[in-house]
Parts: sequence; structure tokens; C-alpha cells
Amino acid sequence: MKKIIELKNITKTFDGEVVLDNISLDIYDNEFLTLLGPSGCGKTTTLRLIGGFESADAGDIIFMGENINDVPPHKRNVNTVFQRYALFPHLNVFENVAFPLREKKVPKSEIDQKVREMLSLVALTGFEHRSVTSLSGGQQQRVAIARALVSQPKVLLLDEPLAALDLKLRKDMQQELKKIQKATGITFVFVTHDQEEALSMSDTVVVMSEGRIQQIGTPIDIYNEPENAFVADFIGESNILDGVMLEDRKVAFSGHVFDCVDAGFGRKKPVDVVVRPEDVDIVTEEKGMLKGVVTSVTFLGVHYEIIVDINGFKWMIQTTDFVDVDEHIGLYIEPDAIHIMNKSEYSGMFGDYSSFSNELDELSDAESETEE
Amino acid sequence: MKKNAPGQRGLLQKLILAPYSVWAALFIVVPLGFVAYYAFTDSAFHFTFDNITRFFTATSTVTEGEISREVHTYLLIFARSLKLAVISTFICLLMGYPMAYIMARASDRTQKILVTLIMIPMWMNFLIRTYAWMTILQDTGIFNGILGLVGLGPVHIIGTEGAVVIGMVYDYFPYMILPIYSIMAKMDVKLLEAARDLGCNNLGVLRRVIWPLSLPGVISGIIMVLIPSISTFYISQKLGNGKFYLIGDAIEGQYVANNLHFAAAIAFILMVILLVCMALMQRYANKKAVAA
Repeated sequence: MKKIIELKNITKTFDGEVVLDNISLDIYDNEFLTLLGPSGCGKTTTLRLIGGFESADAGDIIFMGENINDVPPHKRNVNTVFQRYALFPHLNVFENVAFPLREKKVPKSEIDQKVREMLSLVALTGFEHRSVTSLSGGQQQRVAIARALVSQPKVLLLDEPLAALDLKLRKDMQQELKKIQKATGITFVFVTHDQEEALSMSDTVVVMSEGRIQQIGTPIDIYNEPENAFVADFIGESNILDGVMLEDRKVAFSGHVFDCVDAGFGRKKPVDVVVRPEDVDIVTEEKGMLKGVVTSVTFLGVHYEIIVDINGFKWMIQTTDFVDVDEHIGLYIEPDAIHIMNKSEYSGMFGDYSSFSNELDELSDAESETEE
Repeated sequence: MKKNAPGQRGLLQKLILAPYSVWAALFIVVPLGFVAYYAFTDSAFHFTFDNITRFFTATSTVTEGEISREVHTYLLIFARSLKLAVISTFICLLMGYPMAYIMARASDRTQKILVTLIMIPMWMNFLIRTYAWMTILQDTGIFNGILGLVGLGPVHIIGTEGAVVIGMVYDYFPYMILPIYSIMAKMDVKLLEAARDLGCNNLGVLRRVIWPLSLPGVISGIIMVLIPSISTFYISQKLGNGKFYLIGDAIEGQYVANNLHFAAAIAFILMVILLVCMALMQRYANKKAVAA
């Protein structure tokens, strides 16, 4: 695959605060790449650097083999869909979409044809003469996409474009964006803090935290083989335990030695162990590798989410079997359900559900949605 | 919470509005009625069009060097007022627009300081400001003093149309800059970024986004400068040495000469012309807004 954008050792500070710390990233032609991370992780800044709205303190941005550090936004073959769409309120739907073509002095008949093509791509045929302020959020979103795509950029940058839409519409637009990306073959660089969105839409996910790239990989890699405790915690739910790799394929944690499938860590090496809540089987206490007491049970429709106290560490387990609070149960874990990670600065910060509550999760979500 | 029935609320609203309505009636509607009444009556208060026709037909002789010619006195005065007002408004717009843009993009602190600096001269009496310009622009005034220091001049400014325009621009500049600034300060920076993203250079952003979006501010700025500068008096008497009699001066002159009916007629005609101009401009602005 052909590299279309290369970020090389980019560093960016705002008022002395480092927002991007020496990041390097390759973006390939025709891929759907998502920058995923919590608010303040530097994902939007990365996007604005590619768009040309910020300039890096150090490092290079290479676009199709050429350094574009000093190329202003209007000369970059990259367009942006802004978070709150930024449609021109003094122009109607047609003129908003025609905006970049008029700037390029494209002949009138061609403008007409291209705008109509784009409007039909985003299912807005018949809305040509409507004022953009009279449109719903979803429709405005479509206009913004059509406007950004009409001049056929090599890369489309999308800055949390779905954050302002309600859940149902957001799901629809996810499908639609994916479809548009396939149909046009344009590289999409998508910024979001929503891990589900990232996993369901992307070819490549770039997980960022504190101005650094934590992991780059396919959604399946990111979920199954998280690089460190931050990634394991941010993507999905994880029990992250302190363990010791005794030898290849043997790991000790929670006072038990488990068989696993990982190797190459060395002997007696301290590691972080990830066990996903859906990968744990509940068995009777006698048959369990680990024994614990159920402290809470939440019914979530598809499954129960239960919290189990094992030697003071709270595990989250998702199960379809009903167990009751205060019940003593055993846990059985298959070797391939255990994922081993190297220790990192994030070790010990995540993966214990002793203070877990759904409310807290929602609070932190709402917070990141207000990010500019 | 107790809610008022719609009827009660209407009554309450009327009661609250009553003092303003009375004030408006007493000090705006009644005086306007008097202007119209005087404009269409003679000294015996009989109905007549004479005052109005006099405005359009009165002639006088102007001598320029050897040549003398007949002119329509008041039409000439009106044309002159219009010319100077349009020039002043244009200069205000030319200076005010970039200034408003720079202000709107400055930091909050700088914005506050600049707004205050622009407002401060407005706290001073208009006559005092005009007198100040007289001392500045005189042949032996401060301006020529400075020119002399750098080995230029002196330039004769006082008593020219230029001096009158300087006075008008100085007096009405804040009325141009403030409405444009307030619109630009509210403009979403993302729109400007979007325009650049979609291929506009700085000039393109200005022409295709900033200018059309700031048009309502520009129109109210134009109205707020053009109207007082058309009807202004005194500035021309002091800075133009009375050589450039303006329509405001004509009204004042007739009033002082106790020609109340003709003074009212000139005022009435001026009012009608200005109302028509304003209506046309508003219509243009609305049309732009609808087209958007």
C-alpha cells in the first residue's frame, strides 16, 4: 500500500504545555484511519496539523512524498469536516457545496453537475435551495461532507463529526460514512473519543494518550492484543492484573499459575495481564482456578455484568448465567483468554473495578464531548 | 410558580410600556406632527405647498471669478451635503472596516481597551470636539506646526471641504466601527478556517465569507454615519469657515431668521429623502439575508 501522509517526529506545544510529544504516523492511501483517545490526548491537534491550521514546533509532515510543513491550508489537497460543521450561513445548500468549486473557477455547468452528484451521494437531492440553518443536525452533517468531498481531495479529515448527533442518527451516519469512504476511495482520517465508533468503522485505529501514540493497529489487534494497560482499559472493559511471567506460556497472577499462549517475555518477568470480562467462565468454587465472592450483579439485557471480589481485587465478568450477590463462585480462564503486556507507565492505573460505576463512565464521556 | 393568564400578562405589559409610549408620543410623534404641520402651512396657518415648492425652485446667483450663474439654491445645498456626507461615510467605512476586523481578532483584553479608546471621544461635547479641530487645522495650528518641524507645509486646510470632511469623519467614526465590530466579534472562527480549507486565500476568505457575513453591520454603520452627516450643521460653519453651507445649516439659518414654516419644510423634505434611502438600504440588506 502507498503511504499518503507521513508524520515524522512531530512535537507541538501550546503555552509551554506539550500536546504532541514526538509522534510519528504513516497514513496509507484509501484507508479509514481513526485517531482515538480521551479529551486532551492530542488527536484533534494532529488533525489540525494535517489540515494546516496549526504548525508543528518540530518534525515534518510529508504529503505524497513532499514536505508540506509550510503549505497553507488552501493549497493542501486535504479537506476537513468540522466538528460543528461550519457551514456558511449566508449560502444555501447548493452554494455551500459549490463553494470550493467557485473558488477554483470551475465552469458553471460542471459545478452544477458535480454538486448534484455530491448531494445525491449524501442523499440530499432536492435540498439545493434550502437554507443551511433550516436543516437538522444530520442533514447539516451531510452538507458538510458533500462540501468537503466535492473537490475530490486525496484525504478527508473528520473532527468528531458525529459527536453532536443523537445515538440512533450516529449509528446510521457511521454506516453511511463507511459507505461513502468505500465508494469514493478517499483516505479518511477520523477523530473520535468513542471506542465503539472507532472499532466499528476503521481499517486502522491509532490510540493516543497524553500527546503520545500508544498503539497503531487494526480494530481486532487493538482489542485482542493491547499494547499496554491504557489501551486495554480504554478499548472495551478489561481486568488488568499484576503478574509474573514465569517462563514462556506460564504466567502467575492472583496466586495461581496459568497456562497462556504468550511467549518471549523472558523468565520471572513482571508483566500486566489482561483478561476480558466476556472471556471468563463461571464454575463451581471447587472447580475454579480462582475463587471469589460476587459483590454486585447488573442485568444488561444481553448478559449480566457481575463484579467478583478475588483476594481484594474486583473483577468484572460478563455472563449469561445467573449468579446471586454474596454467592461464592469459581473462575475458569482458557489459556487464549489471557493476554500478556509489558509493564508501562500506566501499570496499576487501570483494570480494577473496585470503584466502578456506570455513572462515572457516562460522566467522563460527557466531558470529552465538550472538547473543542 | 404562578402563571399569568395571557390577558393579564398583556395588561401588565401595556402598563410597563405605558411610560415609554407616552414619552415616545410626546417627544417623537407630536414634534414630527408639528414639523409636518408647519411645513404645509403659511404664516397664517393656512394650508399651502409653497414652502415645499420653494425648496425645489428657489434660485440665487453664484459668482465664481468673472462668471455668474443662476443655481437652484436649496438643491445645490442638498447636493453639497449629500456629497460631503457620502465622502465622509466612505472614508469612515474604509478606515473602520479593517479596524473592526483587527479589533474582533485581538485578545479579549485588547478588544476592551480599543472599544474604550474609540468611545472616549464620544463622551466629549460635539462643539468642543469641533473647536479642537479648528485649533488643530488652522494655518498656524498644531497640524501645520508639526509639518513645519519636518520641513513641510504649511498646508491650508481650514475653510476647505477637506476640513469639513475631517470633522465629520472624526465625529461619526465610532458609529461606523462599533456595529461592524460587534458583528465581526460574533463571527465563528471555524467558518474562516472552513473557507481556507476549501481553497480560499486570505483575500478569498474576506470576499466570500467575512464581507457577506458582516454586511448587516456595514449597512447599519453606513446608516448611522450617513444620516447624521447629511443633516449636520455647525461643523461646516466652524471648519469650513461658513463657505460650505449645508442643509443642516440652511434649516438652522431659516429657523434663526424666524422662517419656521420654511425651516420645517426643508426638515420635512430631508426626512422623507432619508427615510426612502434607509428603506432601500434595509431592503437590500434583507434581500442579501434572504438570498443567504
